[in-house]
Amino acid sequence: MGFSEKAEVMDAEAIDRALTRIAHEILEANKGCGDVALAGIMTRGVDMASRLAERIERIEGTAVPVGSLDISFYRDDVSIRLSPEVHTTDIPYPVEGRTIVLVDDVLYTGRTIRAAMDAIMDYGRPAAIQLAVLVDRGHRELPIRADFVGKNVPTARRERVKVLLEELDGREAVVILEDDGKGE
Amino acid sequence: MLTSRHIMTMDDLSPEEIALILDTAESFSEVNQRRIKKLPTLRGRTVVNLFFEPSTRTRTSFEIAAKRLSADGINFSASASATAKGETLRDTAKTLAAMSCDLVVVRHKYAGAPQMLAEAMDCSIVNGGDGVHEHPTQALLDLYTMRQALGRLEGLRVGIVGDVCHSRVAGSLVPALRKVGAVPIIVGPPTLMPARPDILGAEVAYDLDEVLPTLDVAYLLRVQFERAARMPFPSNREYATLYGMNLARLEKLPAHAIVMHPGPMNRGVEISADVADSARSVILGQVESGVAVRMAVMYLLLGGADSGAAA
Repeated sequence: MGFSEKAEVMDAEAIDRALTRIAHEILEANKGCGDVALAGIMTRGVDMASRLAERIERIEGTAVPVGSLDISFYRDDVSIRLSPEVHTTDIPYPVEGRTIVLVDDVLYTGRTIRAAMDAIMDYGRPAAIQLAVLVDRGHRELPIRADFVGKNVPTARRERVKVLLEELDGREAVVILEDDGKGE
Repeated sequence: MLTSRHIMTMDDLSPEEIALILDTAESFSEVNQRRIKKLPTLRGRTVVNLFFEPSTRTRTSFEIAAKRLSADGINFSASASATAKGETLRDTAKTLAAMSCDLVVVRHKYAGAPQMLAEAMDCSIVNGGDGVHEHPTQALLDLYTMRQALGRLEGLRVGIVGDVCHSRVAGSLVPALRKVGAVPIIVGPPTLMPARPDILGAEVAYDLDEVLPTLDVAYLLRVQFERAARMPFPSNREYATLYGMNLARLEKLPAHAIVMHPGPMNRGVEISADVADSARSVILGQVESGVAVRMAVMYLLLGGADSGAAA
């Protein structure tokens, strides 16, 4: 692929603990989950959102609605490259007046989140939008920050951060990949 | 994402590209269910609808698709443009090119007009129907509708019934069905069959009643009286009796089979009103699919690298 694994920054247990803590933080910040709904950003954010929902239900005893968001059509680089695969967005709850927690695996430039906020706004006017990410790797290009962060991982731009999830990748870890100079 | 910059005939698309267009259209049909049916995707792009033949659904469908993607849409119709003053197609193309548009949808009474535009202009061309040649986006939306209604395309037996020789819809649908592994069967009176039906690659039949029980889709073509040099059959009534879809013939179709028509319908000729409005007819579904499929086509042609080079 041109990228080789440089370091593992989170293992299965660390991911598990981070998600549990984020679930608690979401409940704390919103004083429960009455008006809260989750929206996972395709593709790994969707699995993370359903994991967070499970934990919130375990803690609070109430289910929070979960949706999935494909932001391909909202990207600001549509004219440069197309998303390899477009998925269908599914927001099965009214957005109007709710607190929407966007869930993504890695926060990097902030452009994905900008697009996701636009996408959510097209469904209605939420009371608030919050952001939960497993990894914040820095290098923001827009004035965006996460409300809930699993782990801050300082990186170089030439590196890549990859979140591997059991259900998609058969392995549970956060790894840093580095360009091995062989090209893609 | 598509290897061709244009969609002029079904030859421009591989089976994989057809699947990509249909999958992308599925995402867009979710957008069309929303309260706010608008995406910022093609903001700042210009789509010109250049229609030299009358059209309601195709032109409107492309126009709505462009608007839902935030592209700027402009309509040129032959009667209101310089064409009425004698401008040639090539000059019209160059004029439009000088205004730097990104995509032109063209409908023309002569086959090959889109090809000519593509040579004269530096933008993507989508064939919105050229003479009796092809109408590829219609075939794509038909495939989409079939897949939605029947859950698959491979192996489907699709009877394309009626005025095959004047039909650009059939011209695109037959190769499109073959590409996705479905089986096209053309059915009609010999006077409305192409001169060499065998070279189309479809099964050929002349007796509709014999074919009906084997079909998954009965696709009725509009009899194009305006294109026929002379009346191709003795009377509308005789045509309806032999080749028109009516309730009695609907009974002969398998229970799961659907009825399609590209519109506009000649009610009482190729299709009876009660069949057109029955639960088995997906004719309005075809119109609905049209918007999503055309959004997908525009997205895939205009998105990605500027000027066609892969990023």
